[in-house]
Amino acid sequence: MKYIDEYRDADPVQRIAQAIRRSVQNPWNIMEVCGGQTHSIVRFALDTLLPSEITLVHGPGCPVCVTPVECIEKAIEIASVQEVIFCSFGDMLRVPGISNDLLSVKASGGDVRMVYSPLDALRIAAENPGREVVFFAVGFETTAPANAMAVLQAHRQGIGNFTLLVSHVLVPPAMEAILSAEENTVQGFLAAGHVCTVMGYEEYEPIARKHRVPVVVTGFEPLDILQGIHMCVRQLEEGRFEVENQYTRSVRREGNPHARNAIEEVFRIVDRKWRGFGAIPRSGLGLREKYSSYDAEDRFGVARLEAEEDSECISGSILQGTRKPHACPAFGTRCTPEHPLGATMVSSEGTCAAYYRYRRA
Amino acid sequence: MCLAVPGKIVSIEDSDPLFRSGKVDFAGIVKQVSLACVPEAKSGDYILVHAGFAISIIDEAQASEVFQFLQKMDEAQDHHKADVQK
Repeated sequence: MKYIDEYRDADPVQRIAQAIRRSVQNPWNIMEVCGGQTHSIVRFALDTLLPSEITLVHGPGCPVCVTPVECIEKAIEIASVQEVIFCSFGDMLRVPGISNDLLSVKASGGDVRMVYSPLDALRIAAENPGREVVFFAVGFETTAPANAMAVLQAHRQGIGNFTLLVSHVLVPPAMEAILSAEENTVQGFLAAGHVCTVMGYEEYEPIARKHRVPVVVTGFEPLDILQGIHMCVRQLEEGRFEVENQYTRSVRREGNPHARNAIEEVFRIVDRKWRGFGAIPRSGLGLREKYSSYDAEDRFGVARLEAEEDSECISGSILQGTRKPHACPAFGTRCTPEHPLGATMVSSEGTCAAYYRYRRA
Repeated sequence: MCLAVPGKIVSIEDSDPLFRSGKVDFAGIVKQVSLACVPEAKSGDYILVHAGFAISIIDEAQASEVFQFLQKMDEAQDHHKADVQK
């Protein structure tokens, strides 16, 4: 496939790994923010091509993993309502809530469907006017335009039996939280290429200046990730802390203005709870007043539901990059992708699932 | 979840900008994709698709940047080697 294969070719990958080895003089901790990048790094064993001076720290950029348990509980409650068709991306169906998950709701007769796009859910709503169709709108900035557009299309078409259970989160406040933590060890970031495709990278410039960390907007293929690391290492070695863009074939400084307009029209910035982090101010998106009739929390009266997770799972430390999966006594024994104790083992982009699948640790 | 897959626009159904969509070829699998966020996209363009929506048009010139970087790096290495040998 064009724009994939050439970025996986072994020869250029080896050459850029050599360039990294030539550039590095000091030990550095670099965090890749996005779970998709973590998956690529582990899948292609890119970390084994790096000199020992470089440690990759896996970041919180897996929306399935950071969705708080109370939101899963809300989803389970809504999905259990008789007239509801509950639609979700597949990954969310197996995330454990307090006592069960969405797949068990389906197993006990709930109408829970896996979809590929919020537009699939909207189509199901149009085809089933007598039912309530709810889409589980989780994700980072990358997914926000799709969910915003689904609301705008529903609004235009007058589809009233369609709502969103929104648990949208934003990347820059999480990076701030990581950098402000006392135990932080991250010295440079590979920023998430598709989040920046939508939002651009202006909002990372104050973060880079304030915390004196280089931020390199980076793609997802092996060559992208290694070039991103090379650019980050050069900045670190030269004492620079700028925002640079490796993923120029997709990311422009201002992002995608049409996508940003759709997000701005439908959503507003709200405080959000993150699994593993707790509450982070102004770190998520919620529906604007104008579109509040599309809010499933209001329609099904679950807005006040609260839940705390109680588990031996260490996914909180995993998501903050302070521990790795092999530090967990349950990893690969009591916690596996088939029987996950926590979210980082569920999603294919979760660090634990990636380590398990590719037999690391 | 932020996975976005490159595909080539095969045809476009022009309609209201909010509902503009097209058929997109992902290495032989053709799917209907919303083009509402890339109104300037035309048939033959490569786009990145996430959750049924195109989020960007791939910039062909920028796509080869990393290979040019590698070539320059190799040339610099060759010069360096030649200098050392002198």
